[in-house]
Amino acid sequence: MTISTSLVYLIGLPFAGAAILLLGGRRTDKWGHLLATALSGSSFVVGVYHLIQMVNRPTEMRPISQKLFEWISVGSFNVDAGLLLDQLSICFVLLITGVGTLIHIYSIAYMSEDRDRRRFFAYLNLFIAAMLLLVLGDSYLSLYVGWEGVGLASYLLIGFWNQKPAYATASKKAFVMNRVGDMGLSLAIMIAFATMGTVSFAGVAEQAHHTSEAALTAMGIMLLVAAAGKSAQFPLQAWLGDAMAGPTPVSALIHAATMVTAGVYLITRSNFVFDAAPTAQLLVVIVGAITLIFGALIGTAKDDIKKALAASTMSQIGYMILATGLGPIGYAFAIMHLITHGFFKAGMFLGAGSVMHGMNDEVNMRKYGALRQFMPITFITFGIGYLAILGVPPFAGFYSKDMIIESAFNSGGMQAIFLGSLTLIGAAITAFYMTRVMILTFAGTKRWDEGVEPHESPWLMWFPMAVLAVGSVTSGYLLYHNKALYKWLSPLFEDHGEHEELLKPIVVSALALTMVAIGVSIAVYKYMRENIETVAPVDVSWITKFVRKDLMQDQFNEKFFMRPGQLLTKALVTTEDVVVDGSVRGVARMAIGSGSGLRGLQNGFVRSYAALILVGALTLIAAIWVVVS
Amino acid sequence: MTFTSPVLSYTLLSPMLILLGGALIGVLVEAFVSRAKRPIVQLTLALGVLSLALLQVWNIRGEQSLTPAMGSIIIDGPAVLLQGSILIISIIAILLIADTEHFTALPAALPGSEEERKAIAMGAQVTEVYPLTLFAVAGMLMFPVAGDLITLFVALEMLSLPLYLMAGLSRRRRLASQESALKYFLLGSFSSAFFLFGAAYLYGYSGSVNFAGIQESVIGGSGNDVLLLIGLAFLSIGLLFKVGAVPFHSWAPDVYQGAPTPVTAFMAAATKVAAFGAMLRIYYTVFANAEWSWSSVLTGIAAITMLLGSLVAVTQRDVKRMLAYSSIAHAGFLLLGVIALNKSGLDATIFYLLAYGIATVGAFAVVTLVRDSSGEVTDLNRWKGLGKRSPFAASTFAFFLLAFAGIPLTSGFIGKFSIFSAAYESGATGLVLVAILSSALAAFFYIRVIVLMFFSEATEDGTSVEIPSILTRTAIVASAAITLILGVYPTPLLDFISDLAIFIR
Repeated sequence: MTISTSLVYLIGLPFAGAAILLLGGRRTDKWGHLLATALSGSSFVVGVYHLIQMVNRPTEMRPISQKLFEWISVGSFNVDAGLLLDQLSICFVLLITGVGTLIHIYSIAYMSEDRDRRRFFAYLNLFIAAMLLLVLGDSYLSLYVGWEGVGLASYLLIGFWNQKPAYATASKKAFVMNRVGDMGLSLAIMIAFATMGTVSFAGVAEQAHHTSEAALTAMGIMLLVAAAGKSAQFPLQAWLGDAMAGPTPVSALIHAATMVTAGVYLITRSNFVFDAAPTAQLLVVIVGAITLIFGALIGTAKDDIKKALAASTMSQIGYMILATGLGPIGYAFAIMHLITHGFFKAGMFLGAGSVMHGMNDEVNMRKYGALRQFMPITFITFGIGYLAILGVPPFAGFYSKDMIIESAFNSGGMQAIFLGSLTLIGAAITAFYMTRVMILTFAGTKRWDEGVEPHESPWLMWFPMAVLAVGSVTSGYLLYHNKALYKWLSPLFEDHGEHEELLKPIVVSALALTMVAIGVSIAVYKYMRENIETVAPVDVSWITKFVRKDLMQDQFNEKFFMRPGQLLTKALVTTEDVVVDGSVRGVARMAIGSGSGLRGLQNGFVRSYAALILVGALTLIAAIWVVVS
Repeated sequence: MTFTSPVLSYTLLSPMLILLGGALIGVLVEAFVSRAKRPIVQLTLALGVLSLALLQVWNIRGEQSLTPAMGSIIIDGPAVLLQGSILIISIIAILLIADTEHFTALPAALPGSEEERKAIAMGAQVTEVYPLTLFAVAGMLMFPVAGDLITLFVALEMLSLPLYLMAGLSRRRRLASQESALKYFLLGSFSSAFFLFGAAYLYGYSGSVNFAGIQESVIGGSGNDVLLLIGLAFLSIGLLFKVGAVPFHSWAPDVYQGAPTPVTAFMAAATKVAAFGAMLRIYYTVFANAEWSWSSVLTGIAAITMLLGSLVAVTQRDVKRMLAYSSIAHAGFLLLGVIALNKSGLDATIFYLLAYGIATVGAFAVVTLVRDSSGEVTDLNRWKGLGKRSPFAASTFAFFLLAFAGIPLTSGFIGKFSIFSAAYESGATGLVLVAILSSALAAFFYIRVIVLMFFSEATEDGTSVEIPSILTRTAIVASAAITLILGVYPTPLLDFISDLAIFIR
């Protein structure tokens, strides 16, 4: 493996930015945002440099590593803090720093009115640094540090406007639900250490061949729990909608393009574990399949534009997780969809931010309408993202989503037909709710509140949207052409051989497009004709009500986790009060009592002290006498 | 009678010689330098001498000799480490002593008399405290390197006499200060008598005052064991008195409270290093083969010292007395390292001594900052809410308390951990259990103080926190930094100690 010394700059630059902005305080208010943007951009440049270098090396020489320092050295357990940049992590590095920098630029304008703009940029830089550490760490332990780091940055950014109690609660909810996932990751690391004695990726990959399947299954399930927490997958999905409380650029960067895809990264990175543990792999598929439908259904009932997009993110990541669960045939396509999704979803979120910017921060789509004329650039860029997520050729989503649907059909056995059908149904629902978003926002009649004067956003905001729109058009073809991404990544995964094809690619594409057309038609039929009320109608069927309540996800959590948890806490508190505290207080009373007694000896008279010494000396001699004889 | 002229190895003796020379120059400065210039000259001289001695100690590290002064001094690895520790602690302590606010203007005047008032008006200062400190440090340097009982006794007196005087120099509450000096002197003399008596018995036992000679008799087993036991017991009493082990501890709380706080800091930290250094040499070399005679008794003393120190500390209402009892408890923990009688016990004790000494100086330095119009405020009730009034003082003090309690990321944790594990290794499981129990008790009162400072409402009673002078601030920051560094990354020092700490016999 090639050794490099410049990997650390990738993380170091944004980290330095966060440190300078946080420690520098108000002094850096004037130029802090520019510095943060510049540092994020520099990190992107370093990433591009590494990509060029990597492309020019022969395949087996492509991964490079850098040892930073000896981290833990206890007996035979050694962990070096090291970085690893290979074909997989470079994809993430470029996505994180590229999209990240665009969002930095966007935020300069978006946050220009906020008096805490510097702090916002400090957190953004902190997030970039942590996310890069997550994807560059060469062991599960380094990954864990980045994992916690992005969790922290996400918490800080969701609650950025924490003067509003609801937002602070949202950030807490995200944090707590993420802890459940983090627990899974730490357990997975412990299992790896206990059974294989190593926690580095290379070490685990090597040991995976001679480790029992039971251990690998346990580790895989724990990794899946971790991935579900971070990527808002079933059953840990409930936090993502509330996370939209954060400023919109945050939703675009963290809760659409990068952090929430960490789960996909984790599973792909751990391919050696899942390939050897079919049960865990099956669970991955199930979780992905449930979430992709679940998220899509929630998306159909959301009136808040950001929450609708959040539900869509959940669903799209469900596609990716499902693909990773298909094993070697799916990994590359999961990553491909991840990248294209990064472009179009970030673009749409920025578009939503732009709409909100022009509409006095209104998020209710029922109060939008007919914005096409007033925000042409936003409309076009958002529209491109819309076509991309639907999977209309030749936009990016067409290539990446079709590949996943195709892989699902070709995964073999009876499950293949079932999974394939689910992905197709998901595509139809996606088409429905995305069309609904488009119509409610940009078409139809004006339903604005009084005094709202929509206007196009400044160029600092639409420029990043335009760049992302270009990516939403081209990235799919570029990655698909000549199987570019597939060939690029395949050295990292075990060869899987040829699968028999259940359906020809052209048939899959035709089926998918048909489903999309159905979804679009229903939405057009339903929303283009009807007069849309500014308040959501209440006399609706129980299905609608059920979906509006996010399929009861919060109620479920409350009933099955919170209530029993509260009971358990109460019981523990009582035990603590009576048994633990009681005995501690008893001991303390005893200690104080005996201490007060002994204090009597210290009466201040030298004669007493001398007598004490004398008695002590005699006792000492007597004691020696007794001991010796 | 023929007289052989002594052969001296000046290089190896140089740290002590530098100190003594500096002290003598200090006396001359008192005589010849004008009153106004004395403080700065004395401070510079003292710092220079201590630093030079430390440099010299660094230069002779790794040297070993049984005969740098005809057998009365032994220089080896532990000697160098202990001398270095004493010097580092003294350098930090002298920065506190330089704050003249703590010392009386005219020690000879009656408290509250006309002469005292005049001296204060004149701005007189007791700059004699510097040469006294240097003499004491010279004695401390000699204590752990003594090679025979006579030198050991001379060193004991040399370090004690200046301390007796210094304890009586407090500016405020002078009567209490003088009382504590007298108590210290009387009880110190009492224990010195025991010590000397023990030395006589040991001479009777072996026919030699030289450590090597006594050791030979112990190994040979030819002497009368009764003489050995009585001699060893009495000698131990003298040493245990100096470290403040129960039941020879009763002077400590009174003296710690009465003495000027910088002197308390110096005394509590440096004396302990010197005295434990001497104990290590005596028990690890001279009487190592007579372990049967002292081990179990010392175990008992260690146990009651730890327990009593921690228990009584819980009930204290005065911060200096509380620190005094805490130092008694720490003496008990340190005895664990002596009892362990193995290489890791030796290493751990030396590390613990340095770590504890530095944290102690730092903690007392913070105590000097909390004052009202009549001087230092040591009543704990008036420390309530200090965290709000002075985050710097309260947070550094809290940090030192955490180090005393042995919380991870402080030097105290590493010290306690290594000394406990050394004792465990030697098989003293029961004692380690007592030590852990005492640590838990001790943590209770350390944390109580932290709670008091940060989570209690302040009372408005004129207690204020002095803006620390640059010297005091340096002392506090340096102590805190060392305590933190030794807690986070102790490996280099532990390795260094482990490489050097081998007694030669």
